[in-house]
Amino acid sequence: MGRRAKNKQGDPRPIDQAYDKPSQKKLGKRKADEVDSGAKRPAKKVKENAVKPLKAPVAANGKTKSALKVAKPRADQPKPKKQKQARFEDEDEDEDEGAGSSEGWEDVDDDGDLKAQAKSLFNESDEGEFVGDLDDLDIDAIADDDDLLKGPVQELDLGSDDDDDDEPELPVKLKGKKSKQQERPLKIIPTGSDASSDESDEDEDEDEDGPITMKNMEARSRALDARAAREAELNAEEFRQAELAGEQSGDDLADADDVDMDEEGEGADDSEGFVLPTAEEREEEKKRGGPDVHTVQRRMRECVRILGNFKRLAAKGRARSEYVQQLISDIGSYYGYNDFLAEKLFQLFPVAEAIEFFEANEVPRPVTIRTNTLRTRRRDLAQALINRGVNLEPIGKWTNVGLQVFESSVPIGATPEYLAGHYMLQAASSFLPVIALSPQAGERVLDMASAPGGKTTHMAALMQNTGVVFANDANKARTKSLTANVHRLGCKNVVVCSYDGREFPKVIGGFDRVLLDAPCSGTGVISKDASVKTNKSERDFSLLSHLQKQLILCAIDSVQPDSKTGGYLVYSTCSVTVDENEAVVDYALRKRPNVKLVDTGLEFGRPGFTSYRGKTFSDKLSLTRRFYPHVHNMDGFYVAKFKVERRTKVTKPDAEAGPAGEVDVAMDGESIAFNDDEDKQYIEGASSLRAPCPIDVCGIGCLAAEITIPPGDLACSIELGMTLILSLRCLQRTSGNA
Amino acid sequence: MRPLTEEESKTVFTKLANYIGKNLVHLIDRQDEPHCFRLQKDRVFYVSESSMRLAISVARPNLVSLGTCFGKFTKGGKFKLHITALDYLAQYAKYKVWIKPNGEMPFLYGNHVLKAHLGRITEDTPEHQGVVVFSMNDIPLGFGVTARSTVDTRKLDPTAIIVFHQADVGEYLRDEETLF
Repeated sequence: MGRRAKNKQGDPRPIDQAYDKPSQKKLGKRKADEVDSGAKRPAKKVKENAVKPLKAPVAANGKTKSALKVAKPRADQPKPKKQKQARFEDEDEDEDEGAGSSEGWEDVDDDGDLKAQAKSLFNESDEGEFVGDLDDLDIDAIADDDDLLKGPVQELDLGSDDDDDDEPELPVKLKGKKSKQQERPLKIIPTGSDASSDESDEDEDEDEDGPITMKNMEARSRALDARAAREAELNAEEFRQAELAGEQSGDDLADADDVDMDEEGEGADDSEGFVLPTAEEREEEKKRGGPDVHTVQRRMRECVRILGNFKRLAAKGRARSEYVQQLISDIGSYYGYNDFLAEKLFQLFPVAEAIEFFEANEVPRPVTIRTNTLRTRRRDLAQALINRGVNLEPIGKWTNVGLQVFESSVPIGATPEYLAGHYMLQAASSFLPVIALSPQAGERVLDMASAPGGKTTHMAALMQNTGVVFANDANKARTKSLTANVHRLGCKNVVVCSYDGREFPKVIGGFDRVLLDAPCSGTGVISKDASVKTNKSERDFSLLSHLQKQLILCAIDSVQPDSKTGGYLVYSTCSVTVDENEAVVDYALRKRPNVKLVDTGLEFGRPGFTSYRGKTFSDKLSLTRRFYPHVHNMDGFYVAKFKVERRTKVTKPDAEAGPAGEVDVAMDGESIAFNDDEDKQYIEGASSLRAPCPIDVCGIGCLAAEITIPPGDLACSIELGMTLILSLRCLQRTSGNA
Repeated sequence: MRPLTEEESKTVFTKLANYIGKNLVHLIDRQDEPHCFRLQKDRVFYVSESSMRLAISVARPNLVSLGTCFGKFTKGGKFKLHITALDYLAQYAKYKVWIKPNGEMPFLYGNHVLKAHLGRITEDTPEHQGVVVFSMNDIPLGFGVTARSTVDTRKLDPTAIIVFHQADVGEYLRDEETLF
């Protein structure tokens, strides 16, 4: 080496330590990330890795050598990991070499993790050590305080940026034998899903366990509070300006109104009396190519605020519906929904929650995998994947096969374990219907819409490859991937067929359990497929709902009510709208009096609606479960579980249209035993076949036949449901005369 | 779906015996539940008899798969074993080859197994013998045919092929379209 050797780069660090070095791009965002990581990490880390003392959060912001050095000795003592020590030492050396800033950054990253991980353990010791570096101390203190506030806020602002920054960091951090804790910091950057999944893993005494817990709601409500605080500031400022400007309305957004009026001449902000010409103003807006994003955002916030406290905050003379209309159209333009869908989804929730829902749809849900218990155990799989460099964790208490993947240096869908069929990439919400159905070993189970096979293989695994699973999918092309998954995961008891679901039970019936994961509009998985926002119209919903109603009736008829171990049907959709969920379930309850709703067995989830916008449903619908992305951090989902009982004799005065009655009689396929009650009428009818016709209108003296007329069949004025004895000719004559 | 004819059965069993030898009887006469082979659209399926009886009610144009697909008959009448049969082959394999971690990925990409990747091999494996390939963790990765007997393998240099690749689990991704 030449002059100033100490400034030159030293030997490359051994592989273990080298991984900790974050990319420069990441470093640029370090502070924000770190703060967030601090906010998100604490409880979880404490719980899981309570005994992992780590470098002091001191150097969180400290880029100085002294900070490092201060941190180091302390870190050395409790730390069981030589690795970390060595790394810190190396970092010190590196500092000397002049790459000081990067070391500092590095430490910061590490510190972020560590701080998060074992906060409670180190609070006191941290403070003790801080004496040496007052700057760091202060900064840290501030950082600590601001963690909570900054965290969620930053989450909102830096969403996309953070995601980008996450990428370069990943490969560096996630290799070798890093402990989970060390790996976890990579998830520092708070995307919506990250934050919620972090918090979701924390153990909270929440009824809604799983990916979402109280923390997430807290974070979100904090976010809303922060937003409200900002709005309040803005409002105050605008109010002042309004007064200055002599605006007469004295409303909050007076200034905004002025601005709007000046700019667009519409002042469509709600708090001012300018919403009225909304239609015109909105048209003007549209003509101008739509309002700019900030205006829309502000307007939305204002609307939400006002609608939250309408009596006090609303402008005089403006109806609530105007505000709502404005808000809905703003939501549509801001988030990219068509008007119909924006309104439909908005009406499902209270105002503030609706915004949360729309926000949650912008952010992807965490990637989850399901362990294939036929081939491996969750623990072994987790270990194997961690060795490959995947950062993962069990999902929650409600499942013992689910794993949540935070980040991965290898493609999670192409690892040798995946190819060997040890796990399946599956959304967490898709575990729910199978858990609700809980098929037992040796049963005969039907999955009516099974592609690509996640739920089918789950069921086969639960049944331990005994019994039979019929996996059906109407789309023949999709049965390919279904079969491939079935074989890959080693399910040996599956029969794959390709029928329209409505053909069951004609093809085969008598199933112990049936799962109907009906084709739906997909409003629950908008975060996965944004095209749903624009391509769903009213017609789609009515078509889908019709199809779902037909399918659920067929599914009910395919269940064997006398099954010793079963007799259950689970209906599920990945949608949050009422006309695909509660309406269909209610329809089934009305049309099939022999079915009843039972508890799904899922401990979390919101109960289904028992009434919605004027439509009332059976009370039992509160047994069904709804899942939302903004509450549970899983795709929007709906699960309903039915128990199918024996069908009693179908009564004629069904008060339904004729076809329904006929169908009931025809599809009485669940029991192959003779039904004496039903047979009696036919036997009696046959016996009277040769008697002379009592009416004898035609005077021919023809023979009578007992005809049972389903209600509504004949257009003539025959009383519904009566059994008439007429000769066929008399029948014609009578109807002709009537 | 129909049962296999004598000819077809012979072809299939010969092929299978190449990999599992005498253990073939375990497939044909099982203790727990009787299984059978069925043919549907040139594909051979191995399925339990109870499932098969239920599957009879599914019409031929609509039946896609039942139980486990072992392979298919080519147009020329030969029987090709598919990767989907790996589970049973691995269970009853007579001769096995273990490959080192650094050799896993090349094999999963469809390449042959080189001497350098060889971890372990069953003693006295003859030449041109059907073998099942495992990873060092005993995860079955595929199957193939030995190029040389075990004895000869020792003398080979590291770049020589020792197992010809016939099927590997990577095909679930690579050949998604053509697998079924």
